[in-house]
Amino acid sequence: MPVLLFAEASEGVFKKPIFEAATFAYDLAQKLGTDLQAVTVGPVDAAAATGLGAYGVSKVHQVLGDSFVNAAFASAVAKVAESIDAKAVVMAQTYNGRAIAPRVAVKLSAAALSGLITVPDPAAGFDTTRMAYSGKGVEELKVNADQMVITVKTNGYKVEEHPVATTLVEVSNFSSNDVDAVALELIKAAEGISLTEAETVVSAGRGMKGPENWAMIEELASLLGAATACSKPVSDMDWRPHHEHVGQTGIQISPTLYIAIGISGAIQHLAGVSSSKNIVVINKDPEAPFFKIADFGIVGDLFDVVPQLIASLKSRVG
Amino acid sequence: MLKILVCISHVPDTTTKIQFEGDGSKLNKTGVTFIINPYCEYGLSRAIGFQEEGKKVAITALCVGGPEVEPTLRRALAIGADDAVRINADATDAGFVAKQIANYCNGKEFDVIFTGKESIDFNGSLVPGMLAEYLESSFVSYATHMDIADPESMTAQVKREVDGGEEVMEVPLPAVISCQKGIAEWRIPNMRGIMGARKKPLSVVSPNESLELVATVQFSYPPAKGNCQYFQPEDVSKLVDSLTNKGLV
Repeated sequence: MPVLLFAEASEGVFKKPIFEAATFAYDLAQKLGTDLQAVTVGPVDAAAATGLGAYGVSKVHQVLGDSFVNAAFASAVAKVAESIDAKAVVMAQTYNGRAIAPRVAVKLSAAALSGLITVPDPAAGFDTTRMAYSGKGVEELKVNADQMVITVKTNGYKVEEHPVATTLVEVSNFSSNDVDAVALELIKAAEGISLTEAETVVSAGRGMKGPENWAMIEELASLLGAATACSKPVSDMDWRPHHEHVGQTGIQISPTLYIAIGISGAIQHLAGVSSSKNIVVINKDPEAPFFKIADFGIVGDLFDVVPQLIASLKSRVG
Repeated sequence: MLKILVCISHVPDTTTKIQFEGDGSKLNKTGVTFIINPYCEYGLSRAIGFQEEGKKVAITALCVGGPEVEPTLRRALAIGADDAVRINADATDAGFVAKQIANYCNGKEFDVIFTGKESIDFNGSLVPGMLAEYLESSFVSYATHMDIADPESMTAQVKREVDGGEEVMEVPLPAVISCQKGIAEWRIPNMRGIMGARKKPLSVVSPNESLELVATVQFSYPPAKGNCQYFQPEDVSKLVDSLTNKGLV
């Protein structure tokens, strides 16, 4: 019973969350003593498909076609999972992954596990862990089913390569008669680094005093190759777009480096960012709760500190 | 008449300092205020919005939980749901919850089923998709906008968040719609709503037998942080040194 990776393509190629899920799936296959295969749905660049071999994928099942939404995606993934009798289906916790995984789980009567951060241990009832309570708790789970459908937390598993030779197989005769929504149009977000995938995030809050002061945040982010984010009050006041809001009711992220500027660190904000691996806090209030979970802190006026930070980084880039 | 079901999760308030029982088996509920999951509340608000647009709607609020969730359902009634249903079982495994809701929906012909994009306790984001699959209905996840231009047409116009942007969709009803910020604004119940909520029907339904495929073993706390290394404002370059040494910049 192999492990099946759903390799979700965006514009024909794969992004980092897929490689995280692939590494997770490989490690699970190793623990089970089985091999790792993948399924792609829709148009995928041939070189990208073959490239999955670098992550230990020995066979790629390609379901061709170009108009898939949740239900048809899920049918295609479930069909391949059934055809190879997959022990587990693993996918990234992208927007699509979150929509598709639960449907595949129901189709396969499998246990659904979302946002995992450790590989289930076959020797201990497939014991595994995930974050719960918006990052305030860790939940340990056990699986009471023969099959699992898993999503892997984005930025939650380290990518490693395990090169093997890979073959591509076309899945013919796939047709879906699922009733579902029809996508009419994709409104692309402004070009930039995806907040959920970013290694580094520069985030700013009410301490910025107004939207006109954001140029330095954007400059700092661009120097660091970082995505920009903001606190809830800032997006509520329309200083910044809603899609930049990180926190309990916004986007939850876990970058390698999170730089919080002029954000006090209300518990709802921390819930969205506390699983960041390194946190830098710049705030003029030494009592700001954010310092309690920070790795590095500067108590000072952000309008002094941030320009210095930019100058210091620029001097090093040379 | 649009029949709308709003699925509600009963969750600790967003400001709760999360503490578990000593053995880690479950949340320590002492002193914890419970609320309507904020994302579910977006669905409730959107449902009421249809009513305000002059559409004929009937809004049922549903929660899977023990008697302790009834104040949360009463709040949904105060905000504007017409009636409430409690499925009398602990909401643990997502598959179990989805199955219970699907069983309840059977034969009731709801046109729209709203859920939150996720609950703020388990954050699994599994129930909406599982529910759509059990009901074999269309499904839109992470919806940020929804209109029903013509209820007779049995289609909705929905926008949802996807990786890299927003997708505009035409959705055949019935549909499961998981809601997030943007689809509606939260509402504060007025005194009339609060008084009226006491008289609105709240029925209790027994759960069906269903397997729980995933079980919580225990909860623990994330690794403690709090070794903040401070730098003086004039020593920004030393901070950059530290970040550089750790390979972070």
